[in-house]
Amino acid sequence: MAATAGTVSRASAPERPRPLMQRIGRAVLPAYTGLVVIYLFLPIVVMAVFGFNDIEGRFNFTWQGFTLDHWQNLFNRYPALNQSLLNSLTVGIISTLVATIFGTLIGLALTRYEFRGRTPLNLLIFLPIATPEIVLGASLLAMFVSAGIGRDLTTITIAHIMFNISFVVVTVRARIAGFDRALEEAAMDLGADEWTTFRKVTFPLIFPGILAAALLAFALSIDDFVITQFTAGQTVTFPLWVYGASRIGVPPQVNVMGTLIFFIALVGIVLWVVLQRREMTAVPTTVDH
Amino acid sequence: MPEADVRLDRVTKRFGDFTAVDDLSLTMERGEFFALLGPSGCGKTTTLRMIGGFEEVTAGTVYLGGADVTELPPFKRNVNTVFQNYALFPHLDVYENIAFGLRRRRVPEGEVRAQVKFMLKLVDLPGYEKRRPNQLSGGQQQRVALARALINSPQVLLLDEPLGALDLKLRKQMQVELKRIQSEIGITFIFVTHDQEEAMTMSDRIAVMREGRIEQLGRPEELYERPASSFVAGFLGVSNLLDGEVVGRHGELVDVQLGDGTLVRAPAAASNGDTHVRVGVRPEKLRVTSSHTEAPRSVEDTNALEGTVLDASYIGVSTQYIVQTADGHKLTVYAQNLETSGASEALADGQTVQLTWRPQHTFVIARTDRDVDATPQYEEGQVPS
Repeated sequence: MAATAGTVSRASAPERPRPLMQRIGRAVLPAYTGLVVIYLFLPIVVMAVFGFNDIEGRFNFTWQGFTLDHWQNLFNRYPALNQSLLNSLTVGIISTLVATIFGTLIGLALTRYEFRGRTPLNLLIFLPIATPEIVLGASLLAMFVSAGIGRDLTTITIAHIMFNISFVVVTVRARIAGFDRALEEAAMDLGADEWTTFRKVTFPLIFPGILAAALLAFALSIDDFVITQFTAGQTVTFPLWVYGASRIGVPPQVNVMGTLIFFIALVGIVLWVVLQRREMTAVPTTVDH
Repeated sequence: MPEADVRLDRVTKRFGDFTAVDDLSLTMERGEFFALLGPSGCGKTTTLRMIGGFEEVTAGTVYLGGADVTELPPFKRNVNTVFQNYALFPHLDVYENIAFGLRRRRVPEGEVRAQVKFMLKLVDLPGYEKRRPNQLSGGQQQRVALARALINSPQVLLLDEPLGALDLKLRKQMQVELKRIQSEIGITFIFVTHDQEEAMTMSDRIAVMREGRIEQLGRPEELYERPASSFVAGFLGVSNLLDGEVVGRHGELVDVQLGDGTLVRAPAAASNGDTHVRVGVRPEKLRVTSSHTEAPRSVEDTNALEGTVLDASYIGVSTQYIVQTADGHKLTVYAQNLETSGASEALADGQTVQLTWRPQHTFVIARTDRDVDATPQYEEGQVPS
């Protein structure tokens, strides 16, 4: 009997209680996750809510009642705010385009070709990311002043392109590093010349990396304050206007614009994820026959 | 004289100080299934890549159907390649992958559709047009890669370790499939492999490469039955090699005296007039018998060696013996289990036995300082850098 007991009793054996630590872990983890999510999103919720605040006076710090007034009169109360937003969008779009093109080409060169100075360049490209913004801004100002260049939208754009290139290179390089060169060889083997190979194979495959880099660059540009402050001269961008207004009271229109930018970004991200999903799922894999 | 399809004329490829391919001359005939076989780093893949146009040639000339293509980029050569890991375009579906070559030549859509359909049928994947490469199994990807190359009706198809990423069963199946497709379309296939069995099964001719040179070139049975060097003997299958001196000649046969004084006979043609030689015999050609049951036969028609069984392993179709000769050589013997029916009937360890084989089954290799025992290496045969 004793010999068979081990195998027979198996099905009816009582479930072993989970260790205490594991049970605590199961309870704590969701709570912890929830707290982190609240921590991340509370400021955004506050921003959105105070866009509906029916304020008396200049300050938008305490809840005084609900209104849609700021949404309805978004662009017709503060012309200077409109201009600053327009400036920020202009700088953001131009610097993103230029930095993405240059950064992608540099990223390609750094991963593809052996050339003199490649290793130092690989490290130097991190410098604008690693250098404190305040130092960059101050030295840019000194540079423009000593070169006798007047500060305006152009100098802001030049500065933004400068720091954006590094971020684009780093992002795109990571994507290209995982790229299988045999795919390009295969394209050439099938009759595609270098340009066709780039157009039909290389570019479509590294495009997600380029898009991610461009989104990052735009996000960095649109809310940059420190470097812009040094290179703006009399020009006012959205962050500069908000900073200036904070001393006399930030109007709720700023909250509304912030909320809009947030939702545009959110819609973009959701669209992107949905598109990626659609690429991945289709007919399920079958076994070989 | 069959027409030459690909000809390499004294081709050398160096990567820095490393010579991957060393003054290689080689002719592949039209319609033949040709294998470049060798261990990792022997230059076989580099050779293939030079034919495809993916490596610049350091010296020498590459001819394709008589025309010098040495300087031409891959997209101007009428060859197509099945890459080692297939290199299917992950962002295109099966249809567009296969149609890629036709699109480059601006073939009208109707014809593209018909040809892709034909190709999918040829590689036995009809109905897979809309799949993405990542939705296919390894074997299916392999077939798509094949279709994508063949649709361009290349003069020569290059295959770089085409079956390396497949499991054993699928590999066997694809070997047969590849041979069928090759005979169906009748173009030259040049394929690179480190797997001697694969090369033997599929090829019309095999070039065994070593250190950037061709060690031996011939039909599979020539390489197996008459290897020209210890390297080839060891790389293609198992062989037993014994050092000896040629001491006499009897018509078609030569007498070779082994280290322990035993005389064995080998075909004279195989000895090439060398005196310091190695004689070899394949394990399945040896007959092992218990010394008591049979008296030694005359040396005239049978070679014989005495030995002791070190190890007997029953492996189903055959029993494998390791037999040690009087002077310490260890020989491998595969005895077909024709009449025996179990391990119990095998000869026991420590038993004295006699090994006999026919002189015609002996091969002779000149002893040189390049003699190294080759064991097949089963790593990926990549380009050394």
